Amino acid sequence: MTIEAWLKAAIADAETRKLPELKALLEALAKSTTALRQADFNDDARR
Amino acid sequence: MMTIEEFGRRLRAREVSAEQATEACLQRIEAENATLNAFIRVTADDARQAARERDRELAAGHDRGPLHGVPISIKDLIDMRGLPTTAASRVREGHVAARDAAVITHLREAGAVFVGKTNLHEFAFGTTNEDSAFGPARNPKDPSRSPGGSSGGSAASVAAGMALATIGTDTGGSIRIPAAACGIVGLKPTIGEVSTDGVVPLSRTFDHVGPLAQNVTDAFLLFHALLGDHIAAPPAPMPLHGVRIAVLRKYFCDVLDEDVRARFEEAVARLRDAGVHVDEIAIRHADLVSAIYLHISLPDAAAYHALTLDTMPERYTPNVRMRLEMSRYLLAEDYARALAGRDALRREVDAALAQHDALLVPTLPIPAPPIGAATVEVAGQSQQVRAMMLRLTQPFNVSGHPVVSMPAGTTRTGLPVGVQLVGCRQQTDALLRIALACEPTISKL
Repeated sequence: MTIEAWLKAAIADAETRKLPELKALLEALAKSTTALRQADFNDDARR
Repeated sequence: MMTIEEFGRRLRAREVSAEQATEACLQRIEAENATLNAFIRVTADDARQAARERDRELAAGHDRGPLHGVPISIKDLIDMRGLPTTAASRVREGHVAARDAAVITHLREAGAVFVGKTNLHEFAFGTTNEDSAFGPARNPKDPSRSPGGSSGGSAASVAAGMALATIGTDTGGSIRIPAAACGIVGLKPTIGEVSTDGVVPLSRTFDHVGPLAQNVTDAFLLFHALLGDHIAAPPAPMPLHGVRIAVLRKYFCDVLDEDVRARFEEAVARLRDAGVHVDEIAIRHADLVSAIYLHISLPDAAAYHALTLDTMPERYTPNVRMRLEMSRYLLAEDYARALAGRDALRREVDAALAQHDALLVPTLPIPAPPIGAATVEVAGQSQQVRAMMLRLTQPFNVSGHPVVSMPAGTTRTGLPVGVQLVGCRQQTDALLRIALACEPTISKL
């Protein structure tokens, strides 16, 4: 799942659950997840 | 206030009794707790009774060791038989601990006297102690400021003379952050070294139990008591000359308050002058620590709180509830990536210590922040308080290495500054020996 798709789904779910305050937190978390996924310690099935 | 070591000398010389020391702490609590809000529960009657029993034991020739008759406080995240463990949350209303946490069992056997249970950031899920069902604890150095967190009430209790020492927990820095903010010593042992049995978890992967104390010797005595070793004597002083310490600058010194930077550089210079061999090295993935930490600790917290988030969400403080709700959205694949990152970071810290006796970094990049502040200005830039508080401590929760935070002077406005010494995993005693040797040089700035 891409981070963009994950964030979109998470925000939609939060709104459904009437938790709009989560949007800013989830956006910040998405930045952190992006950094984590770009790290060179991650596995890559091509290597 | 007496240190544990000084109290022990005077107790055995019959210059002071456990009852007198306990009464002095209870009087400080009576005088200061309305302002500092350090204690959620004061166990005055039990403490007086226990102190009198310790005095009778000693008079009869039964000496339990260095903690005999020592009045201490306990973070209200740790089970004590017959008392509520509130975790500073309304979610825990009605809870009464059926038995002691493992560390409480050890402390009772060591003869400690418990004066009460201390305030904390709700469920230890924060760094300032502001989000507590019992209101914020306050910093004895300046009550308009946070004592740090999550063990904020614990640190405040020691800094204000309400207890000779205290026991806290540390998942991202919750012993070392308040120790630095309040000007005392805090020890996070090696991961897994001290039992967390009977302690409300935040992240079972990163949770540690450890002492906050007035000096390194007291931290040593408490650490050994937490292990069940009640009769440990502090190690003999070792010479500083020839000790090899590595300063981590990249990431760890990138964002520092001007006064914090000045005190840290003075500490480094003094250690060099005392004969310490100081190198400068880097931890390659240090700038990814926050991402690694979040993607492991948040799923841990989400799993623990899932049921109560669904059934009684209104009982959480709003900020803690929202961060826990956020935690429920993380993906399993990102958790797995973070585990790989943790292993990489651990290897890098191990490698840094292969050629050095300890690593040296600041504890907090900023002094204790004002209560209610979401951001602070650091070197001309606005920074999130939460990120600042965790920035320099959480790397070693992720890596699992033992760390001592000790005072290193104050800012120009008198707020404490702390520095951390990091040691090899499973070698907490060796780290404490180095900290003991460095303490007169670092802590007398």
